[in-house]
Amino acid sequence: MVDTSLFGQARLVAGKDLRVEWRSRVGMAQVVPFAVLVLVIFAFALDGNRQTLQQLTAGLYWIAVLFSAVMLVQRAFAVEADPGVREALRLSGLQPAAVFAGKATAIALQLVVLEVLLAIGVVVFFTAELDGWGLLAATGLVAPVGIASAGTLYGVLTAGLRVKETLLPLLLLPVLAPVLIGATRAMGAALGDVAVDGWSWFNFLAIFALVYVALGLVAFGPLMEES
Amino acid sequence: MTKADAVTTTGSRATRILAALAALGVVWLVLLGLVFSPADQTQGELVRLMYVHVPSAWLAYLSFSLTAVGSAFVLWKKSQWWDLVAASAAEIGVLFCGLALLTGMIWGRPTWGTYWEWGDARLVSTLVLFLVFVGYLAIRRIPADPTVRANRSAIVALIGVVNIPLVHFSVKWWRTLHQEATVLSTDFDPKLDDLMLFTLFFSVVVFTLVFAWLLVHRFRIAWLEDQVDMHSLGIALDERRREAELVGGGS
Repeated sequence: MVDTSLFGQARLVAGKDLRVEWRSRVGMAQVVPFAVLVLVIFAFALDGNRQTLQQLTAGLYWIAVLFSAVMLVQRAFAVEADPGVREALRLSGLQPAAVFAGKATAIALQLVVLEVLLAIGVVVFFTAELDGWGLLAATGLVAPVGIASAGTLYGVLTAGLRVKETLLPLLLLPVLAPVLIGATRAMGAALGDVAVDGWSWFNFLAIFALVYVALGLVAFGPLMEES
Repeated sequence: MTKADAVTTTGSRATRILAALAALGVVWLVLLGLVFSPADQTQGELVRLMYVHVPSAWLAYLSFSLTAVGSAFVLWKKSQWWDLVAASAAEIGVLFCGLALLTGMIWGRPTWGTYWEWGDARLVSTLVLFLVFVGYLAIRRIPADPTVRANRSAIVALIGVVNIPLVHFSVKWWRTLHQEATVLSTDFDPKLDDLMLFTLFFSVVVFTLVFAWLLVHRFRIAWLEDQVDMHSLGIALDERRREAELVGGGS
């Protein structure tokens, strides 16, 4: 039976993307090591100074997440780069909004897994002491929604282009600047590094996520038609 | 396209008048800004940078607003005309946005003691705006069908504009919640005398004239480029066909 609801169709697309990822293990074999590598490189750049690293944990953590997110977005559209795949998806009769929601959900879920691994990474490499679990978890869940939504939008925009590898970060990272600020502040507050109200930053991240989910649901259709 | 309607210039009578006015205005502005207007009591000669900085920033915002409006019309009315206006305005906007940032930095160094001040939300969001529109120009440069390119870049422009308040507020909260004494808290509020105020106002007018002149020419070039793209294949085909006829007639 054909599921015509937005939610059901989105689940189909998300399931497809996650299944492809699971079978190809590209995320596991490339993106996760890359994310850890970013942490290691920061340690080299900052002289391996434990105090500095501990102080900057939140910022470095989210930069690692953002860079990995760019890779995940590229990956999410690379799986459809083979001739005919995008056309097939377009002809499948799925609503564009559902395709958007599905792809964004798949990316967001992968990001959440990555965040957990990176959290272990900062504990090990930066001797970070995780605290404020409620805020930490809330931030870790809502930030990927915004990142994945914006990423999916720009992903489809650049998907068919020969210059996509260079263009995507140029377009995406300025747009994600507020997420970096917000998530870093919220995590810093949770860890007790900065004396700010972390929950107001959580609210900000939620607003960002809502704006980009809405933009994506509206704009994905016209973009998908011509990519 | 025949030889008779071949275009050799993007100028017209109106743009020539506009150019003359703008050039005259620039001369006057230079005289007003560098010679006639006095130095500021607190800022000294530095205040003269404002006569470039303020109108550049104004033009950047004007251009990007025009790009946003044009992009909305592209999506709404499928208008190729507005697409080219948006593109032309964005190009000029990036130029003047860069100029505004640059003059701001030159001004900031002696005034704040630093080229860059992360605490200033407007400064930081202008930088992000600049980068977003650099990306916009990058995506426009990619060869594509005009309608595809128009829709794609229109969405990039509109997302970029939607993003600006988010950046602005995040930077503002970022710093104010951080409880840092920013240099900006010693508010920049120069006592401008009448001639300085007039010069500032005049600079905005002159820069706007320059903007209008650049925009018209840039738009016409973009239009011609599209015409060339559309007709070049047909022209090439015609030429080959004529060659074939000549060869055929000769034998």
